[in-house]
Amino acid sequence: MRIIVAGDGKMGSTLTRQLVMEGHDLTMIDANAKVLESTQERYDIMVIQGNCATMDVLQHAGVKEADLLIAMTGADEINLLCCMTAHAMNPQIHTIARVRNPEYTDQIYRMRDMFGLSMAVNPERQAAIEIGRLLKYPGFLKRDTFAKGRVEIVELRLDEKSKLCNVALNDMNSIVRCKILVCIVLRSGKAVAPDGNFVLREGDRIFVTAPSNELTKLLRNLGIITHKAKRVLVCGGGRVSFYLAKHLERSGIAVQILEQDPVRCQILASQLPYTDIFQGDASSEFQLEEHGISDCDALVTLTGLDELNMIISLYGNSCNVPQVITKLGRMNSNNILDKLPLGSIVSPRELCCNTIVRYVRAMQNQTGAARTVYSVADGQAEAMEFLVDEHTLHCGEPLKQLRIKKNVLVACITTGSQQQIPNGDSSFHEGDGVIIVTNGDRVIYQLNDIFE
Amino acid sequence: MNYKMMGRFIGMILLVECIFMIPSLVMSLCMKEERAAWAFLFTVVLLGVLGLGLRWLCRRARKTFFAREGLVCVGMSWIIMSVLGCLPFYLSGAIPNYLDALFEMVSGFTTTGASILEEIEGLPYGILYWRSFSHWLGGMGVLVFLLAIPVTGEGGSGFTMHLLRAESPGPNVGKLVPKMKATAQIMYILYIVLTVLNVIFLLAGGMPVFDAVCTALGTAGTGGFGIKGDSIAGYSPYIQNVCTVFMLLFGVNFSCYYLLLLKQVKSVLKDEELRLYLGIVAGSILLIVWNLRGFYDTLGETVRHAAFQVASIVTTTGYATTDFDLWPGFSKAILLFLMVIGACAGSTGGGFKCGRALLLVKNMLRSVRQIIHPQKVQVVRLNGQTVDEKVLANANTYLAAYVVIIIASFLLISVDGFSLMTNLSAVLACFNNIGPGFEAVGPTCNFGAFSVFSKLVLIMDMLAGRLEIFPILILFSRTTWRRK
Repeated sequence: MRIIVAGDGKMGSTLTRQLVMEGHDLTMIDANAKVLESTQERYDIMVIQGNCATMDVLQHAGVKEADLLIAMTGADEINLLCCMTAHAMNPQIHTIARVRNPEYTDQIYRMRDMFGLSMAVNPERQAAIEIGRLLKYPGFLKRDTFAKGRVEIVELRLDEKSKLCNVALNDMNSIVRCKILVCIVLRSGKAVAPDGNFVLREGDRIFVTAPSNELTKLLRNLGIITHKAKRVLVCGGGRVSFYLAKHLERSGIAVQILEQDPVRCQILASQLPYTDIFQGDASSEFQLEEHGISDCDALVTLTGLDELNMIISLYGNSCNVPQVITKLGRMNSNNILDKLPLGSIVSPRELCCNTIVRYVRAMQNQTGAARTVYSVADGQAEAMEFLVDEHTLHCGEPLKQLRIKKNVLVACITTGSQQQIPNGDSSFHEGDGVIIVTNGDRVIYQLNDIFE
Repeated sequence: MNYKMMGRFIGMILLVECIFMIPSLVMSLCMKEERAAWAFLFTVVLLGVLGLGLRWLCRRARKTFFAREGLVCVGMSWIIMSVLGCLPFYLSGAIPNYLDALFEMVSGFTTTGASILEEIEGLPYGILYWRSFSHWLGGMGVLVFLLAIPVTGEGGSGFTMHLLRAESPGPNVGKLVPKMKATAQIMYILYIVLTVLNVIFLLAGGMPVFDAVCTALGTAGTGGFGIKGDSIAGYSPYIQNVCTVFMLLFGVNFSCYYLLLLKQVKSVLKDEELRLYLGIVAGSILLIVWNLRGFYDTLGETVRHAAFQVASIVTTTGYATTDFDLWPGFSKAILLFLMVIGACAGSTGGGFKCGRALLLVKNMLRSVRQIIHPQKVQVVRLNGQTVDEKVLANANTYLAAYVVIIIASFLLISVDGFSLMTNLSAVLACFNNIGPGFEAVGPTCNFGAFSVFSKLVLIMDMLAGRLEIFPILILFSRTTWRRK
């Protein structure tokens, strides 16, 4: 597909990497020639320097022949104008705009019609919702849901006290005593698809699929204490903090925001009547103690600096805060960060990138496209949900008889409201949902792609 | 330095060369040229074994590849390609001396067309075809070909940009479409279509098929190896005119043709480089016709010869229909000027390139104005768009390197004791990939008389000229090979 990406920032370059890998024709527009040059050296794309909202530049970028425009510049207004102009020049084009300003959030549905948007994305809001979900289930580092929330893929880290250390997967059932499946194990930075004889070790991060109603049982049987967070300390008062506080206002979780800038504090205080706003410096241990870091239930670090977020999270961990969530805006969670006890890592950029990639794939395959796609294990694996339709091959045949590609795992089959963690005798039928996990060597666009 | 990745690339290039040599082998077999056929067979097998071997040895290559590796890779591959590609000349006995064979091969791949052969017409057909085909392959570039075929499979990464930049001439190389592979394919398709058109037009003039194909291959790459001792002079005026037109067409930036296909005629007509190129051609023809009055019998003949020689020199092809060494001094001076200017950027022609000259002159005029109004902020524009200062600085650097290399080579080959004009025009003709020069290296003479050392210097000049200097210079830089 021919895709135009406007804005070569953090989001733009993450998207470029993913979309180029999937074989699309990309044209990047940005005002800064230096940034463009370095992007062009890294990826096989065309670059155009200029203002992406002008007709001239869009014309030059081939908007008439393009299938999709993704506007990712730093300014919402330019993104909207860019999409509107492109839509006027080519009514067939799909447009995605990033709109981040909270003031626009409530009117976004009406703006979509007015500006000819196919989709509006808001990475900060997505991150806030993700954090909110994590806060409701402490113990998991990451949660992604499938089948309207009935099945989840969750991430757990095995520390030295974990009951699962030095246990082979075959013997796991006697400990967890519930229906779960370990799909991917992340060991020293590398994703492994384990078999039954695989022995878990301390420091492994495991990705588990399970029906949502089994999660509580799983945590209890693993001996992980789960009491829902009552008081959350949020460092930094940016957009994510605002959306998070707004999201948690109705859930009975008390939120305290610590923000340095007095003006920003004033704004937050007027917009968030049920949230406690404190003006102070989150990098000072004294102030963190003053606001009760030692006895809060969860610490969420959302300042604009990745480094500061990491330091505060490490400090929070040393104060034995039960749940720590760290936002990383610029850095990818990688090998080195894995070794640090940063708790859950949330990256607005990657969340948003996933959403857009999902949209692009759905555009490409009108039928049979994945309903949901999550990138897990630091982007080394993907979990996807497909619907079995009349075109799907091998319906009703037991899994053990199918020749499924290497590194592809059928992780769950949902029939109606029933979820089943499959074994060799399981099969799927038309109308079922199938969740598969693959370590991203090959892109799976349709369910039939999993067969050899 | 990622040697393994470079090894993979060079292995690929050897395989491409191996495949392209097969038609010559078949031709030699059909013509029952036993010695040439054995020479080709040996080389094809050697290339195949080396190519596959290199790829097998370097099968576990890291994917990291940067500008430095790209440039070194381009320089190395051209040298290795020539060193092995000249084996058929040597082994078949067509050129008994290996260095001469290498000179001939480099001259072929770099589309120079400077020959050391005295007698061409007695050569085996396979050898003649390989000579002409090397122009065609070298004209657009073998790495660009590599980028166009699917097997390379290095998709997605941007380092291919360095390969295109290194092999495609011009100050400001860009892609036509987002994907490198598609860009390279478009360029090669345009190239093939134009070449086929050329063959058809030549056949329409009653040229024998073999002659037409070889002449078209030489024209397309703006090379200049003829298959006759008197180049194109023996053919009919119609054929000469067809050659004139096609030489000029191959000297135009190929992206102009792409824009024409997209029906953007206006932007092609407004292209400043194209205008300058056509202006220079028209002006030179007029001046030479005026200067040559009375030299030939009719005005028509004068115009035909003038146009042919101007087209041949400005596009750096090097065909000849007449011995222009006999022309009066002013006409020769114009030809010397055309040698330096060269064709458009992004064409198969060599030389300094019209586009780069345009930038330099504009930059110079700006500097002059700057002296008068020191406070005035000025930018250089090309086709209405501001030219980046970095591009201007690169053009200036290129000029400096260009002049330094010409002076150094001129001094080095002067040791041989030929006349001043011979030496200067030999260096210019090799460095700008033209072929014939004046006096002892004129269109009716050859480069065979130079010493071994001078031939080596000229070989390096040809390579440096074709690859726009830096990929060759970088091979001799110590920092390139030093570990970081």
